[in-house]
Amino acid sequence: MKSNETWKSWLRGDLDLTDTLPEAQMPSALEPTGTETSQTSGEEQPASMKTLERWELHLFQKLYPFFAVLMGLAIVVVLMATVFSLPRFGGEDVPANNEVAERYLADGIEETGAINFVAGMILDYRAFDTLGESHVLFTGVCAVILLLESTEEVNIFRRKKTKKRAPAPRLDLTKDPILHQAALFIVPIIFLFGIYVVFNGHLSPGGGFSGGAILGAGLIVYASAFGFEQTERFMNRKVFRMVTLCALCFYSLSKCYSFFTGANHLESFISPGTPGNIFSAGLILPLNIAVGAVVACTMYGLFSLFERGKI
Amino acid sequence: MTMLEVVLLLFLLVCAVAAAVTKKLLVTVVIFMGYSLVMSLIWMLLQSPDLAITEAAVGAGVTSLLFFVTLRKIDQIETDTKGKEEHHEEQ
Repeated sequence: MKSNETWKSWLRGDLDLTDTLPEAQMPSALEPTGTETSQTSGEEQPASMKTLERWELHLFQKLYPFFAVLMGLAIVVVLMATVFSLPRFGGEDVPANNEVAERYLADGIEETGAINFVAGMILDYRAFDTLGESHVLFTGVCAVILLLESTEEVNIFRRKKTKKRAPAPRLDLTKDPILHQAALFIVPIIFLFGIYVVFNGHLSPGGGFSGGAILGAGLIVYASAFGFEQTERFMNRKVFRMVTLCALCFYSLSKCYSFFTGANHLESFISPGTPGNIFSAGLILPLNIAVGAVVACTMYGLFSLFERGKI
Repeated sequence: MTMLEVVLLLFLLVCAVAAAVTKKLLVTVVIFMGYSLVMSLIWMLLQSPDLAITEAAVGAGVTSLLFFVTLRKIDQIETDTKGKEEHHEEQ
């Protein structure tokens, strides 16, 4: 318990570990070893151990920045070596400047079925990149949820409030008539536009991420105008979990299927369809819907976590 | 480069400098919102509407909202002058 406290104050930067930690921990830490090994030299042992441990901590604190910088430099060297072995940026004979772009623009519609080349690139040619990116984002969101939605003592926002000062009087937005009327008028339009952007991702500019962000922004406006009680009817923790889980699993499994068939030159039962139709472009439309659902839920979830500490 | 693009780029520069030198955090966030909005117009002029939509929704919308909520959490938005005085006294 005590060491926990000291570590916390060290993390906050209030405390220098070398000064207090040995004294605080020494008695409880050394008692069992002192009685077990030798009771005669029990007087001498703590003092030497104390200095030893203090010296170790001191060494750790001194060496930590040094090795951190060394580690950073090593990573920089590796990355720079990789960058310098790449073809020169913007060179005429670079494949990315002629072959790849030409292939995308010439055969894009035929191969992916998407009129919007960007969607075809992101969700078909380079879907492996996108899968990795979405995992990075998912990990980031998990970290944010872990940080913001935890117990009383670890929560950085709530710790402030436990001080004696009462929180400043806040503007209650749910009582604001201007916001109320404006939200009544604008929220349906935002939702409609977001759904349009998601569903037409393969035909017109936009796609899962932008459409999902618009939907999430609409949810946030709705929540801040009418209160969280209204949004909780259809957007609670259970729905958030289920939607995120199902969409991510669908994305991973369907893309794994196309990676598998593509890498082994197998025939895939997903056809590009007629370019220009809404039900075309193979997997791009369902993937856009999955991404849109995840992004909308995540945007709203982040806002909810910031605003009241839970989804 | 058309006149409109020059004006928008200049506005972008002014916004960037102003956001850095402003004292109040709330004003900084509002300037940041304006920056994102102009940036999305510039994406539109550079013929990348995908990015324009995303910038308007994420940069001007959700990010700024999260900033506002955070400012409210740390009591940096003063609702009236009385609260302001109390805030200064404590510091």
